[in-house]
Amino acid sequence: MTDTAGGVGHSPIRPDARSKTDGTFDYASDLRLPGMLWGHTLRSPHPSAAVRSIDTTAALAMPGVAAVLTAADVPGANAYGLITADQPVLAADRVRYQGEPVALIAADTLDLARLAAEAVAVDYETLEPVTDPEAAVAAGEYFRYQPVRLGDPDAQAAAVVIAREYAVGMQDQAPLGPEAGLAEPAPDGGIRLHVATQWLHSDLEQLAPCLDLPPERIHLEMSGIGGAFGAREDLSVQAHMAMLALHCGRPVKMMYDRAESFLGHVHRHPARMRYEHGADEHGRLVYVKARIVLDGGAYASTTDAVVGNAASLAVGPYEVEHVSVDAWGARTNNPPCGAMRGFGGVQTCFAYESQMDALADALGLHPLELRRRNAVAQGSKLITGQTVDARDPRRDRPGGAPFSPLADLLDRLDALPAPAPAPTARPGGSGDTTRGEGVRRGTGYGVGLKNVCYSEGFDDHSTASVELRLEDGERVARVHTAAAEVGQGHWTLQAQIVRTELDVDRVELAPNDTRIGSAGSSSASRQSYMTGGAVRAAAVAVRALAAGRDLADGPVEATRVFRHRATKPMDPVTGQGDSHVQLALCVHRATVDVDVELGLVKVVELACVQDVGKAMNPLALEGQIHGGTAQGLGLALMEALLTDGGRVQNASFTDYLIPTALDMPPMRIELVENADPDAPYGLRGAGEPPTLSSTPAIVAAVRDATGLPLTRVPIRPEHLTTGRLP
Amino acid sequence: MRVTMRVDGDEVAADIDRPGESLLSTLRDRLGRTGTKNACEQGECGSCTVLLDGAPVCACLVATAQCQGREVRTVASVPTVLRDAFVACGAVQCGFCTPGLLVSAADLLGREPDPGEEAIREAIAGNLCRCTGYEKVVEAVRAAAEATADGVPRVPARSHLHHNQWINVVTIPQGGTGNGEDTP
Amino acid sequence: MTPPAGFDFHRPADLAEALRLLAADPEAVPIAGGTDLMVALNYRRARPRALLDLTGVADLREWTDEGAAVRIGAGVTYARVAAELGGVLPGLAAAARTVGSPQIRNRATLAGNLATASPAGDGHPPLLATGATVTAASAAGERLMPIGDFFTGPKRSALRPGELITAVTVPKAAGPQQFLKVGTRNAMVIAVCSFALALDTGRRVLGTGIGSAGPVPLRAGEAEAVDLPWEAPDRFGEGLAVEFGRLVAAAARPIDDVRATADYRRHALAVCAARALRRAWAEAHPEGSVRCG
Ligand SMILES: Cc1cc2nc3c(=O)[nH]c(=O)nc-3n(C[C@H](O)[C@H](O)[C@H](O)COP(=O)(O)OP(=O)(O)OC[C@H]3O[C@@H](n4cnc5c(N)ncnc54)[C@H](O)[C@@H]3O)c2cc1C
Ligand code: FES
Ligand code: FES
Repeated sequence: MTDTAGGVGHSPIRPDARSKTDGTFDYASDLRLPGMLWGHTLRSPHPSAAVRSIDTTAALAMPGVAAVLTAADVPGANAYGLITADQPVLAADRVRYQGEPVALIAADTLDLARLAAEAVAVDYETLEPVTDPEAAVAAGEYFRYQPVRLGDPDAQAAAVVIAREYAVGMQDQAPLGPEAGLAEPAPDGGIRLHVATQWLHSDLEQLAPCLDLPPERIHLEMSGIGGAFGAREDLSVQAHMAMLALHCGRPVKMMYDRAESFLGHVHRHPARMRYEHGADEHGRLVYVKARIVLDGGAYASTTDAVVGNAASLAVGPYEVEHVSVDAWGARTNNPPCGAMRGFGGVQTCFAYESQMDALADALGLHPLELRRRNAVAQGSKLITGQTVDARDPRRDRPGGAPFSPLADLLDRLDALPAPAPAPTARPGGSGDTTRGEGVRRGTGYGVGLKNVCYSEGFDDHSTASVELRLEDGERVARVHTAAAEVGQGHWTLQAQIVRTELDVDRVELAPNDTRIGSAGSSSASRQSYMTGGAVRAAAVAVRALAAGRDLADGPVEATRVFRHRATKPMDPVTGQGDSHVQLALCVHRATVDVDVELGLVKVVELACVQDVGKAMNPLALEGQIHGGTAQGLGLALMEALLTDGGRVQNASFTDYLIPTALDMPPMRIELVENADPDAPYGLRGAGEPPTLSSTPAIVAAVRDATGLPLTRVPIRPEHLTTGRLP
Repeated sequence: MRVTMRVDGDEVAADIDRPGESLLSTLRDRLGRTGTKNACEQGECGSCTVLLDGAPVCACLVATAQCQGREVRTVASVPTVLRDAFVACGAVQCGFCTPGLLVSAADLLGREPDPGEEAIREAIAGNLCRCTGYEKVVEAVRAAAEATADGVPRVPARSHLHHNQWINVVTIPQGGTGNGEDTP
Repeated sequence: MTPPAGFDFHRPADLAEALRLLAADPEAVPIAGGTDLMVALNYRRARPRALLDLTGVADLREWTDEGAAVRIGAGVTYARVAAELGGVLPGLAAAARTVGSPQIRNRATLAGNLATASPAGDGHPPLLATGATVTAASAAGERLMPIGDFFTGPKRSALRPGELITAVTVPKAAGPQQFLKVGTRNAMVIAVCSFALALDTGRRVLGTGIGSAGPVPLRAGEAEAVDLPWEAPDRFGEGLAVEFGRLVAAAARPIDDVRATADYRRHALAVCAARALRRAWAEAHPEGSVRCG
């Protein structure tokens, strides 16, 4: 490996930077073709109803309306899903959540398509929705139940016991780019789709049976993606615009507005969790019991895998010998939930970190000290029985104890200088609610443990093809993958790897599409590891092929499929099994100023130490930490989709608030390179862990300032003031 | 109804079909000028920020017909030095917020050539970004403000090169195998 | 809703023309900054056949100093109120600074805020606290409305069909003014509740305005009547501030909604009102040994 300029470890300019700063980068919503129609989705206003009839006559009669399609027009199977095909492309006789697609309209303009949708008459018989996930579980309505059993928690005596219930609200990914795409009928009767998706090949697999087309007649091309965070894992516009385009024989574009976007993609599972931690008088964990109910909403999406993560990571990076975890993913008539950055790790992290703080408080220990005493180390076992592999023979703990990557991060976090005592801005911002009145400062810590790549025995792989050629005497490389550049900088990373492996300067990136094998999803913090691994393998192969050959005779090319080492499913009864490939750790310290009388919070500073294995691109890593931390801040302090009887109450940026520049504080970051010998370049997936640990750190800081237990996120001002006298 | 206006220096005409058609949809859907982004049409995200007669506004909240004879400037008119600063500082991830942020930042620098951090945050508070947490955006605006006379943004020294106090990369030396060539 | 067959977009250059056009085309919906109206149009909550653009109306564009008061033309934006009127109308200017974002303030007008008549409109509490007057005009002539009579219900006002707001006349500050707005984000947020206070040290009068805590913006009459120790300012004590807060909270008629609970709104109003009064009193009596905090 050479230290090539713009190679691994550097922070070269993004290949998409120019076009993203001059307005020429084409996002899915920017696409258009001559003669194109606009598609629009009519959605159910009811969370649960029988569909008695749909009358499309009036809409079809409107001039400029080209088509109105319903379930009867779905060419193939009327069901899709990432793991289980249980979600109708268009509801046939039953709607199970508010916003479920019922009919499609194609018209000359988007405005007209929307007007026509209002002219479609759907006769619903409303039914009582199931909205309480606990009741659903009790009635056996759940997508997955996953227990974890270790030792005998019921037989243990503990010096301190903390038992509390926690709740996490329904967070939305809120990527700024709305769902959008363009479908073009192909001359062979097939279809070409330009989409912004996290996983082209999964879209393809799901689409083929619905469209009743052989996969080779469906061609997917990635268009520019305006953020994803899990919101683009499931299908949105894909099948709908394909149906309209095939039906009309014309290109069809679809684009959601923000209100539709809130209804048109899955969210982070809201959770209710009951935790009981027992510890000895030194603060060592004796046992943990947890009961976790995640609300999966109406359809399966990725709830299965989210439940697996919630269960296997339920205790966090702490050693404990006696554990009992029960985790469910309930089926209700609430909005479907699925992937969002942190994927099942976020909810439990808030609970277990809150528990660790409560234990520290009860024992009079510093929160960092309590965590150090329980931190996993080289050779310790997770609650699934999986062994922690964090070899570092030269850095054992005092007394010959094995190296603990967590204790190391905590020491580093502790060593970061504290922010200045004088605040730059007050809680309440320009609302001028305080000029210091009622303001108290608090500090808190959070630790997050996230699995990287797909777990539980999934055949996780990625494909890359690399070509090396001579052009005007210069060696030029070209990379082709199907991996989604969602903003994280994956294109940059691919080019860096090729530069490093082939010692070239110029690297071209072929468009991401389905002409090459699957790259898997840009999710689970896996793309650097997986597609990075595939690109590296292909580049290494090209290097070998090129050795001793004259490139003037023609280009050299290699395609490689990369797999990480196999994982195992969790045992359905005990939860035991080596279910994860790689684990990543991140720790946060939050400093907040709280106006304790009004319950308003200003986060003053966030400090973060993250083990990235290898800082492949430090600039991009910082960006991931900033952005992931901001989303954690949002969950801690403001973000929740609120439902009432299954209906979303705040599907707009007016009432679903995400942090602004005046909410996010400056950050202090330390990247630690504790290489994973099994991973390409030693890297550790980095996109998700900061989203886990920032939430509990901020909540802990607010607790520190207010003295309140705070068991729900997002914290609302009234949680901080109830019971307080003015 | 025909509306004529200047967009990024060009005289343009658009035929709108309803009185309330927004400047944003006219720019994007009628004039094909898609550099200005649509992320909410509620005035909340700032992705559609343009300068209307020099003042930053949300194009989604301006009726096109209100722009007759007026001057609109989009991301296409933003000074290169500011763009370069965004690129060099890592202020661009998915980039969907970027055109709007650039217009807001350009307006700030036009009014206030040497803004402090708080002034920058105030100026971009109407521009939501879901990817960056804003830190590098703030940095980029500073870098542009401190640009050299020949238009090169002064990008803060990054620690992976210089170990400044803000960002540290610490490499833990590995015993044994390490991260060599022979990994998968 | 069906698409309009033909449509109109009126661009009057002066007020007389605007009123004539409105009389001739009563369906025409006025549009100023568009920051309320365009959201409704974008989301198809309204689909007017005609709009009447007020941004070109020269007579509405300026504010004028009328001696004891400032007359703010209907077309004056919040950005200008914040930048230009902070000295004479500190309460309203403070409210203006909290409206939306820079982009919103560059377009949003005080008159548009009033015409929308949302209980959460940030301009309303300072206008109530200072006893402003709304001027409305129609082809039939002009009339003045005390601000207290203007709001008739959630998003309803005393404005009649065919009328435009032409100006809002706000008495100049005769003492300290305060505006506090509670929101769950540090910027760009609709008020959970807000409170404005105007202390007239010459006339020894206290004015109040409550936002986002009732079907309409409210005054707190009983709170305005608290017995302030004008003769012995340093006798202003914590008890008085708290009592004032309690009376303000009691005057509110809040509801539970997605932004906050009614209880929280009452609580927050009590806190904000007490703070506002302490600050204002301390500012009015800088020499005295007023305990503040
Ligand atoms: C993102 C965002 C954030 C916001 N934040 C805030 C906030 O923090 N605080 C707040 O108070 N408001 C806020 N608003 C609401 C809005 O900006 C204000 O109500 C603003 O003052 C409206 O003024 P305008 O000129 O834009 O009105 P327009 O949208 O042009 O008009 C609003 C209504 O008033 C009528 N109208 C306008 N002018 C007149 C007139 N002269 N005579 C008669 N009728 C008239 C119109 O017909 C229309 O019905 C926000 C809006 C957005 C989109
Ligand atoms: S699209 Fe205009 S502000 Fe969001
Ligand atoms: S870079 Fe993605 S929203 Fe800002």
